[in-house]
Amino acid sequence: MSGQTVSLVMAGSGGAGVVTAGSLLLEAAARAGWYAYMTRSSGPQIRGGEAAVMIRLGTEPIASHDDRFHLLVGVDWQNVGRFAAEIPLGPESLIIGDPGEGETPEVFVRSGAQQIALPMKALAKKVPDGRPNMVAFGAIAGMIGLTEDVVLGVLRDSLKRKGEEAIAASIAAFRAGVEAAADFPAVPRLPAGKSDTSERWSITGNEATGMGALRGGVRFVAAYPITPATEVLEWLAPALPKVGGVLVQAEDELASINQIIGGSYGGVPSLTATSGPGLALMTESLGLAVAAEVPIVVIDVMRVGPSTGIATKSEQADLNIAVYGLHGDAPHLVLAPTSVADCLFTTQWAVHLAESLQTAAIVLTDQAMGQARAVMPRSAAVSFIGQREKPAVLAEGVQYKRYANTASGVSPMAIPGMAGYTYTADGLEHNETGTPSSQASDHQAQLDKRLRKLIGYNYGDHWADITGDQDADTAILTWGSSAGPAREALERLRAAGHAVKLVAVRLISPVQPEKFAEALKGVERVLVVEQSHSGQFHRYLRAQYDLPRQVKALHHPGPLAVRPGAIVEHITQWS
Amino acid sequence: MDACVQQRDYTAKDYKSEVKPIWCPGCGDYSVLAAITRALAAMQLAPENVAVVSGIGCSSRIPAYTSVYGFHGVHGRALPVATGLKIARPDLTVLVTGGDGDGFSIGGNHFLHACRRNVDLTYIVMDNQVYGMTKGQASPTTEPDWEGSKLTPDGAGIESFHPLVVALAAGANFIARCSSSDPNNVADIITQAIRHPGFSLVQVLSPCVTFRPEQLEWKHMVRTAAVDVTEDAARAARRLMTDDGFNVGKVLYKGDRPAYQPEAKGAAAVADLEADFAL
Repeated sequence: MSGQTVSLVMAGSGGAGVVTAGSLLLEAAARAGWYAYMTRSSGPQIRGGEAAVMIRLGTEPIASHDDRFHLLVGVDWQNVGRFAAEIPLGPESLIIGDPGEGETPEVFVRSGAQQIALPMKALAKKVPDGRPNMVAFGAIAGMIGLTEDVVLGVLRDSLKRKGEEAIAASIAAFRAGVEAAADFPAVPRLPAGKSDTSERWSITGNEATGMGALRGGVRFVAAYPITPATEVLEWLAPALPKVGGVLVQAEDELASINQIIGGSYGGVPSLTATSGPGLALMTESLGLAVAAEVPIVVIDVMRVGPSTGIATKSEQADLNIAVYGLHGDAPHLVLAPTSVADCLFTTQWAVHLAESLQTAAIVLTDQAMGQARAVMPRSAAVSFIGQREKPAVLAEGVQYKRYANTASGVSPMAIPGMAGYTYTADGLEHNETGTPSSQASDHQAQLDKRLRKLIGYNYGDHWADITGDQDADTAILTWGSSAGPAREALERLRAAGHAVKLVAVRLISPVQPEKFAEALKGVERVLVVEQSHSGQFHRYLRAQYDLPRQVKALHHPGPLAVRPGAIVEHITQWS
Repeated sequence: MDACVQQRDYTAKDYKSEVKPIWCPGCGDYSVLAAITRALAAMQLAPENVAVVSGIGCSSRIPAYTSVYGFHGVHGRALPVATGLKIARPDLTVLVTGGDGDGFSIGGNHFLHACRRNVDLTYIVMDNQVYGMTKGQASPTTEPDWEGSKLTPDGAGIESFHPLVVALAAGANFIARCSSSDPNNVADIITQAIRHPGFSLVQVLSPCVTFRPEQLEWKHMVRTAAVDVTEDAARAARRLMTDDGFNVGKVLYKGDRPAYQPEAKGAAAVADLEADFAL
């Protein structure tokens, strides 16, 4: 990571207010001119479960969490030990705990981190209506160098509705925390940030996905709630009507995907968002969109599977179902954003591609990326707007051929209301006019055309993010949210004098063999990095591309994130 | 929209395509297809402003046999496709056609929620109490003691589903039953169904002469329902729960719920939404 960063965790039981305090801290850091990246982890309880917010702040945009956290603050320790594996600490880390809330869990103590007592509850009690989470916030703010005026501004703005007394209580508790932590051992203090933050956003991956959909032209969304995709839909629900669109809550995922197929058949770019279990239900109808050539976009915010898995935590294991889950030969698009910010671009591009190619696009994000909040540079608008090719004026007596076997494979698409172009869209195999056909020749022609339009399309340079040393003999191949730690690993490796290249694939399907070969020219060894138990991405690359002779795979299941240090270690210890 | 105003009189023929149906000779669905085209002609709807949506089954083949816009999707999902289409394109007249298996078994959940959601759709179910396309299995409306299927040789053994009672309970806004033996009446009922706002269900007794040849007798068993349309749901419930399924030719219930149609009126630019993310 270029620039300086500090990494911290606030954890506690439900009601301890760590998510509130973490959000305030993020907001204050953003106003102080720092960049930020925050993920959340929570227990399975519907309300009131243990929660942890993991925050990394820095002077440059942040792609990933660090290998270890500098600071863990336990407002209390009830069940917080369950998160231990997600909160790596080391001897250089600090653990702040409230002596009145019991012992620090053994799993954290074993890290060798220095323990410090901060009686958050007792200090909060001294303030009328004071709360321990605000004391924790004060301690952290003081230690990392957040100035009081910035924090007070955030407290005043965010607590405005609660009234002056609540603001005063929070400020007093905050100050008590700052004061109590004045003599604590040092954690990295960040230098003052840029004062002009007008070109920065605070946005989650799921919000960015929603925004990408609207920028791409989506105006109809069908929604069925599912963790961790619901926020995409909840952001779109009030946003769509403002721009002339509509969102409908469906009765299940079978309905949501078929509703968007109906909306899109009607000429309105359409999208839905779900997670693995929902995607599994949608696969039959994804095949319908492919066969009937109706453009749709399905966002899959992946979570730990199979089955219900761990609904609140992240994994990159829906790649196989996204690529191979449809019955029959059903070429379609599979894309994956490579960062929180990229959720916006990739979703917008997916809408553009689905509309241009009249097919189904699946966008694979994940819980870590979707529910992460980043303070990042504002995402510039790009000009990808969904454009369907409409039929030209027909000569007198000529019948419109909805599925015309064109050179590009894309057949101009009429929409209801256009006189003289009526046709029936069909999931049954059909001839060029759309009439059902069981003839081998029609099947062959339509299969050829549906494949041709995807493989013949020029996807430009967007198929992958390629960074690092152009002539490197070592490359890291990755996708999705594993691209974040891979970027950081690349920077560390290059800073240490290693020549390495990073290829983060955005267009998973259709494959791009020529571009891939070009990107790997001169590369002799490849490290494949992903978050899946079976190495789905590695196996996919092996099946679809020519890889160099030396290939290693770094993969493990969720919910543990791939850490940059693990990637660095694999490369540096490769002999 | 590219639609141009048509200054012509449409006849039923104008709504029929050249595609020859795959149905068996004597199938009741021929007269339902004819009735649909007559209803559209009676209303003088421009073919390009009408869409017929279906799932899978013998009667679900209807879209390709019409000359309006058609959508032939997967088994059981016609109602969601039609719902999305109508909400995205409220200017269109959207009909849904299908059978008892498609609508009440694999599509049962969508049927409940389509009644409840009350989008302005007309759902025409050709009920023959059998899966015909897969060559004769018991459907949700099959009698429990029908032993004609190799799949359930001792009969289905479970009570049949009463679609009209369920539709009423779930909130359908218009409920009618008719018989394919009287296509003019079917056309008249479909016309009324299209005109009525919200979700309209038209159950058409449409015999399967191949796998349920005994249904040839239906034309002698049906009778014109000796009732007038009611707007009282409780009365309609009593009427539907006590009849034997052969009272046809009438609208049995009409509700006054407004159709569900979320408005898409906002005219803000997408860029305006960026304010959500500004610091």
